[in-house]
Amino acid sequence: MCGVCGCSHQGEHHHDHHHHDHQHGHGHGHTHAPHDLVRIEKDILAKNDAYAMENRERLKEAGVFAINLVSSPGSGKTTLLVKTIEMLKSTLSVVVIEGDQETSLDAERIRATGVPTVQINTGRGCHLDAHMVGHALDSLPLKRNSILFIENVGNLVCPAGFDLGEGRKVTILSVTEGDDKPLKYPDAFAAASMMVLSKIDLLPHLDFDVGRCIEHARAINPDIELLKVSARSGAGMVGWIDWLINAAERAGRTEGAAHVHA
Amino acid sequence: MHEMSIASALVDQVCDQAASLGAARVAEINLKMGVLNGISRALHFCWPSASRDTLCEGARLNIDEVPLTVLCTHCDAVKTPAALYNFRCPDCGRPTPKVLTGREMQLVSIGLVPPNQDAARARPGTMPDPGSAEPMVENPK
Repeated sequence: MCGVCGCSHQGEHHHDHHHHDHQHGHGHGHTHAPHDLVRIEKDILAKNDAYAMENRERLKEAGVFAINLVSSPGSGKTTLLVKTIEMLKSTLSVVVIEGDQETSLDAERIRATGVPTVQINTGRGCHLDAHMVGHALDSLPLKRNSILFIENVGNLVCPAGFDLGEGRKVTILSVTEGDDKPLKYPDAFAAASMMVLSKIDLLPHLDFDVGRCIEHARAINPDIELLKVSARSGAGMVGWIDWLINAAERAGRTEGAAHVHA
Repeated sequence: MHEMSIASALVDQVCDQAASLGAARVAEINLKMGVLNGISRALHFCWPSASRDTLCEGARLNIDEVPLTVLCTHCDAVKTPAALYNFRCPDCGRPTPKVLTGREMQLVSIGLVPPNQDAARARPGTMPDPGSAEPMVENPK
């Protein structure tokens, strides 16, 4: 299919703006010259996947459970994270990678809780990638039975496609965003193994239908787990913390296996 | 917006290959792209800027879009859902989370112009029309 106009014409159909506009003045002769076809058959994101694999091995070796938190901007990720860290830090070591286009405002909020935090600014980038995360890991203390939270750039579209080497991808949806979001932004819910509904203390003031939202999410991803929380009222937080502690313990136990295969 | 990251990853991968094979430039790039990626149009759109000043500049991007198919374990058959992200069997209505095709994002092959060939074509004064779909004829009658 032609990617510009959406027509299904194959072969010699050209759009001028591909083949002319940008080429003037560059001095190349861009005809369809006779050329050798070389088969590659590799994933386009192979490089990111290789970095992700490296991160995953490294985290497994260290016994660290990593969670990639994905959501739209304003879903309450950072507030949830601050509250989570306050509840967790007496039980487990926590480290954080913060991803934002600009500023270190979020990292400052997290650092105020006393846990080691690295801020990544992606500039024009709309998501974190595995290479950035690998570098951030270099400056974090990775202890056994600990949790690494990777707060992705607030964006319900792009982060879904990039593996960072995490153990779990968790998509946070605040109830103020509407119960139709899983249908409208399916990739974020298809790629996640858990959906956390946040700000549930606001439900009495909204038309958000929790049952309908879950139905939508399960239509996209029948296996997706679900938790409902409010960082503000504390509702559901104990269940979330228990889930994190169990997951971190499981990750800590994989140490032996990682060494056997190493 | 992540099409730019994907385009850049593609440019890097293709340029590495082209350089290691000593090519003068890349003439075409063939991709397999599953419909669930939904970025074919966006990729075409950002391709000129992602490939500018690289061996990929001017290369034709051919995207073979792969349709969505799922496995229905109840019917024990490959099915095509009624719509993207409607992961249900169109016949029995049961959930079909197992996606068989539609998520691919693969670089299949690249067409490389050998250095000697490009030198002949880029001779001053014989610069071919960049938009011409026909192979250039050096000495037309």
